[in-house]
Amino acid sequence: MKTVFQKPKSLTDAPLHYCPGCPHGIIHRLVAEALDELGIEGKAIGVAPVGCAVMAYDYFACDMIEAAHGRAPAVATGIKRCRPENIVFTYQGDGDLASIGMAETVHSAARNENITVIFVNNAIYGMTGGQMAPTSLPGQVTQTSPYGRDVKHCGWPIRVSEMLATLEGPEYIARVAVNNVKNVNAAKKAIKKAFQNQIDGKGFSLVEVVSACPTNWGMTPQQALEWVESDMLPYYPIGVYKDRTEGAK
Amino acid sequence: MPKVTFKTDLCKGCGLCVHACPKGCLTIAQDKINQKGYSPAQMLHEDKCIGCAFCATMCPDCIITVEK
Repeated sequence: MKTVFQKPKSLTDAPLHYCPGCPHGIIHRLVAEALDELGIEGKAIGVAPVGCAVMAYDYFACDMIEAAHGRAPAVATGIKRCRPENIVFTYQGDGDLASIGMAETVHSAARNENITVIFVNNAIYGMTGGQMAPTSLPGQVTQTSPYGRDVKHCGWPIRVSEMLATLEGPEYIARVAVNNVKNVNAAKKAIKKAFQNQIDGKGFSLVEVVSACPTNWGMTPQQALEWVESDMLPYYPIGVYKDRTEGAK
Repeated sequence: MPKVTFKTDLCKGCGLCVHACPKGCLTIAQDKINQKGYSPAQMLHEDKCIGCAFCATMCPDCIITVEK
């Protein structure tokens, strides 16, 4: 018998602490598969964020560093500049990357630092209990917007990929989703490409993964994935927003 | 025949594999409880399985191994 699917070697055996049905586990696996397939697990260094993925250092079988909230791209910049032979990636949520860490993200992209950024966008602050994030949709009910996000009062959600794609700096900016098998497979290709770009020395690659938060959205895991399709993807369309080598699609 | 194995003790019973299966082979075993206190996913119709690994692709906890 041939093994069609098994856990990648770059994931440790530690049980994930995430809620039932949380797509963080799927995205962890996609990153680990990319590390395995490119044969870089021995020289990869990951930077964990603050947020639900704060304990990602327990799950990836490569070297990991924990950054202060939002500062992962700055920490990754330091590591990459000191150790250019290593493959450096950050794994960040929307509260981390798009709120407190926006400055670090924008400036690392503008400098075209040769790092890979995995940005998990689930439109809410998960770990702290479901507060409104910079990416929460207009009208979305959260702990801090119980009547729905009022854009007149709270502003509009930020489309990070589109915004970064306007910069001259970055090499590759893409948005993918993990709400069904087809999108998961496409997400895997984008994540692998983001690592390949770094191996080739091309520069800053960011993959925004539209994810779900069943617990804080108050839905079942399957309902949450359906909400991603019906509500999130129209506001955050999937696509390649910048690809200096091949051109955006 | 394809073989699907679950690390049942790590299953959180989220049911994403059940929804992902195109042949409706899987189910949540409501009569069982695992170490974590969840009702785990299990194979119901092994004969219908085509080994597509859609269940494993959607499993957030990476507990499914598929052989064929």
